[in-house]
Amino acid sequence: MLPAAAPPPAAPARRRTRRSPVSWVRGGGLGTLVFLLPMLVVFGLFSWSPIVQAVVMSFQETNLVTAPTFVGLDNFRAVLDDPLLWTAVKNTLWFAVLALLLGYPVPLLAAVLMSEVRRFKGLYSALAYLPVVIPPVVAVLLWKFFYDASPTGVFNTVLGAVGIGPVPWLQDAGTAMVSLVIEATWAAAGGTIIIYLAALTSVPPELYEAAEIDGASVWGKVWHVTIPQLRGVLLITFILQIVGTAQVFLEPFLFTGGGPANATTTVLLLIYDYAFANSLGGDYGSATALSLMLAAVLAVLSAIYFRLTRSWSTS
Amino acid sequence: MSDRGVLSTFDWRKPRIRGTAAVVHAILLVLLFIAGLGPMLWLAKAAITPTQDTLRHPLALWPNGVDLANLATAWTRVQIDKYFLNTVWIAAGSWFAQVLVATTAGFALSVLRPRYRKALSGVVLATLFVPAVVLLVPLYLTVVDMSMVNTFWAVWLPAGANAFNILLVQRFFDNLPREVFEAARVDGAGPFRLFRSVVLPMSRPILGVVSVFAVIAAWKDFLWPMLVLPDPAVQPLSVRLPALQRFIELDVFLAALAISTVIPVALFLAFQRLFLNGGALSGAVKG
Repeated sequence: MLPAAAPPPAAPARRRTRRSPVSWVRGGGLGTLVFLLPMLVVFGLFSWSPIVQAVVMSFQETNLVTAPTFVGLDNFRAVLDDPLLWTAVKNTLWFAVLALLLGYPVPLLAAVLMSEVRRFKGLYSALAYLPVVIPPVVAVLLWKFFYDASPTGVFNTVLGAVGIGPVPWLQDAGTAMVSLVIEATWAAAGGTIIIYLAALTSVPPELYEAAEIDGASVWGKVWHVTIPQLRGVLLITFILQIVGTAQVFLEPFLFTGGGPANATTTVLLLIYDYAFANSLGGDYGSATALSLMLAAVLAVLSAIYFRLTRSWSTS
Repeated sequence: MSDRGVLSTFDWRKPRIRGTAAVVHAILLVLLFIAGLGPMLWLAKAAITPTQDTLRHPLALWPNGVDLANLATAWTRVQIDKYFLNTVWIAAGSWFAQVLVATTAGFALSVLRPRYRKALSGVVLATLFVPAVVLLVPLYLTVVDMSMVNTFWAVWLPAGANAFNILLVQRFFDNLPREVFEAARVDGAGPFRLFRSVVLPMSRPILGVVSVFAVIAAWKDFLWPMLVLPDPAVQPLSVRLPALQRFIELDVFLAALAISTVIPVALFLAFQRLFLNGGALSGAVKG
């Protein structure tokens, strides 16, 4: 019943020919296996085997009716020839750039200011973190209402009070993506702020004292001590954000469905469309091919990330 | 003093810096109130406001009175109670699957230490490098093959395959004093006794972290339950809400959104330290 369970224990046993099965059982090998069983079953069926299948399927023509046939690189070619792919890549990059411009400096600034708070510090971080715990679907649906393009929409009422607008928000190809990014930034900033706050407490106070002896101003200390001390964390949050924004799905799916005029179709939305938008049966081959290509790009970024975290944690 | 930040005690004595800091912190607090609490307060207000008032004067406070019936209508007539219960079931099952897999695997790999533990941990951790999107289609087809579509198993079991949990638990178990295990062994405790009576009672802190994050993650999940639970009768709130928007009145819809937010926010308020200390997070980030 457990194809995945057999290989790992068997392989080392073969190498050590002196250990007989009987002594393996007496030594507690069986008990260990019982404890590993839940993981082996769940990972075997729902993690390891799907990962292998993804690679196989990307070279196959698959639907749920006929037997899959190998088609070589056809799926990859079909995806790369899809004009919508380049729109999706462009949109995803645009989302990532906007998210960096908006979402990267805000948590850092907030965290540096918050770390100097002396009273009610907990209140500050609790307020900052609150948007993170709101279920994302609720947040998007709520913001969709806030983004109502009419003059009586929530945001347009506020902006109207200071003489701006009405802004078309999600209705216009030019502002739709910016609207998505503002909501995504609001939803995620709290998590990043908490990471920065933790990193700020580990800045050695001697460095500030040394800077003060050298006559540094408050801004001098922030610029020459705080920011350089945070550079490891800043790089990590940078890469985490790129990896996260490359896989953005919920916002474009629920806010705009990729519209208007494909202005918010992202790579993940395209993968979803390939596989699941057609109720008659999806193009599973193309979907897995595109997801593998995306994974390859992200793997490079993750490799950089893990190399950085290692040097960061040992230093 | 070790708990100083950018500003020194000397800086804090200067009236100009003190004043600037007070003003900046006050502005920051107001902004955080607006951004962090504002949308939720607005949602709470809108949940008990008639549709026309919400549409015409979105920022006014009850110009024509309160409409508490919205909440009751959402709960009963729109059957939010059913979707709420589905969400609770999904979260509970995902929690159980994750805790079971993480504790047993962590125990086997970290305490029982079989010869192949390195290789096995490697294969588990390797899955962390695979973005979830790669699994989407093959996992969906697996679930279809096993005819688990429209059953909670389709959400529960894949939730258990979480390498991050195993990493956290394994790390925690690695740091438990091994002398305790040896003593229990000398006293004749087998692996099951050791697990139930020694390791589990010692691992409350890490189980708390895994549990809270498992429940929150299950409550947030959207794409996967949407794919494997196409029947509305078994859908959780996150999947049902976008569909409901099309055929229920706005005030009732906003009441439904408000109801869906209560549990995660309550969990956050109850376990604030888990979320805000970043202890679990930084331990994990440091890879």
